Amino acid sequence: MESTIVKSINYNAYFGDNHVVKDVNMDIPRNHVIAVMGPSGCGKTTFLRGINRMHELIPGATAKGQIMLNNEDVMEMHPIFVRLKIGMVFQRPNPFPNLSIYDNVIAGYKLNGIKLPKAEKDRIVEHSLTRVALWKEVKDSLTKKGSFLSGGQQQRLCIARAVAMEPEVLLFDEPTSALDPISTSTVEELFHELKKNYTLIIVTHNMQQAARVSDRTAFFYMGELVEYDITKNMFTNPKDTRTQNYITGRFS
Amino acid sequence: MANHVKYRIGKSRVFQGLTILLAFACVVPLIFILIYILQAGLTKINWQFLTNLPKPVGEKGGGIANALIGSIMIILCASVIAIPFGILCGIYLSENKKSRLAYWSRLCVDILQGVPSIVIGIVAYFWLVKPLGGFSAISGSVALAIMMLPIIIRSTEETLKLLPDSLREAAYALGMPFHRVVLKVIVPCGISGIMSGVMLAVARIAGETAPLLFTAFGNPYMSFNMMKPMQSMPLLIFNYATSPYNDWHDLAWGASCILLIWVLALNIFTKVITRKWKVQL
Repeated sequence: MESTIVKSINYNAYFGDNHVVKDVNMDIPRNHVIAVMGPSGCGKTTFLRGINRMHELIPGATAKGQIMLNNEDVMEMHPIFVRLKIGMVFQRPNPFPNLSIYDNVIAGYKLNGIKLPKAEKDRIVEHSLTRVALWKEVKDSLTKKGSFLSGGQQQRLCIARAVAMEPEVLLFDEPTSALDPISTSTVEELFHELKKNYTLIIVTHNMQQAARVSDRTAFFYMGELVEYDITKNMFTNPKDTRTQNYITGRFS
Repeated sequence: MANHVKYRIGKSRVFQGLTILLAFACVVPLIFILIYILQAGLTKINWQFLTNLPKPVGEKGGGIANALIGSIMIILCASVIAIPFGILCGIYLSENKKSRLAYWSRLCVDILQGVPSIVIGIVAYFWLVKPLGGFSAISGSVALAIMMLPIIIRSTEETLKLLPDSLREAAYALGMPFHRVVLKVIVPCGISGIMSGVMLAVARIAGETAPLLFTAFGNPYMSFNMMKPMQSMPLLIFNYATSPYNDWHDLAWGASCILLIWVLALNIFTKVITRKWKVQL
């Protein structure tokens, strides 16, 4: 029996008076890959950023409803604790340009002022970089700056940075839309590895990607969660006509 | 048709030529000032000039040691006051672009930038010199610090505004609180721009005379007491250049030359560290 790790209950998000996410109810099972797809401006990224309380960083942004993480409402928790438990990877690779590759991986500890013994840091760095299949490529240049890597490597470095904090959930906001096809497939392969230890929620506007990598898919349209099902069912037998229109390419 | 095109090409050439000519024309005054002051001042400068106190009229020799030390102390003190205020204010303005307070303080900073330096001197006179009961170096430092503020604030704000939001988001997503995001990510990434603003502010106030006239006042002797009148380079130049004695004119030329080299060196140093510390985004 699958256990639910994240549960959204009547979640609503606003930018000022603009209602962008409307009454979303969604159960996300542990150790699964969930794809969130939908046309531009449908609220999928806003929903994702609501899960780790990044949404409210934007001036004028507000949210209502509940997001339960292990039956604890993240809306009641301090955002700092939420973000330590729910890691995030962004659309564009954003390693810290002033830090080395090594320091980028342990940035979550280093910049938060958490002191670790050297051996422990070394272990975390090697472990995290191995997880994202980057260790072999960078193990001889750990002291170089993060911006020295290629775009795909930078994105994997950012995933390693999130993984290093040992979160329970990883959020990906269109993680491959700024990457070339080869880097994209490397990152997609990673998802299969990562779901053994984490729960992954991936926002994408690439349907093929959703079909390739996810166990379940959610379809957002105009701020509503239209359909949420096992990926295979969703793509072979969509229940809602809007979903059907979307996956058959009638609108994008 | 062909003639028309030729005419337009000609017009474009003339315009291009004009921009080049005027760009060059801007360099000319500086070159003349440099040559003139170096010619007049360089011969006056020697070790004695830098280490001795000014001599009374009629005696040969004498130097500007008190003004050099005084200037350095006054500027250091002004920097200690202005840098923390300026950088913190700049951080606030860049992190809260749209708040009402940011709007008003930005406006005030812009106006402060336009306040004539003599007015700042008079204000410092009424705020500090009168209540303290006499001219003092510290009141001069405060006046200069007020002049530094707008330069530091604006350069900090502009530098930090250019940093991409993705950087802030990366930091927030790792669970970092606001102060750590600013101190560990934002400021280190913008350090080269912030430092260049600080350096330019120092270079800017190094030659300010007006605010010091009513505050530090000047002193023919060596003084290390910030609560007492103190000599400084621009004051020495002002007092000696307007005196009727040739010996003192020579001292003023030499001091002008030193001040010019100082400001020039600061500017070049700023360029070097800005390049060296620049964080590649």
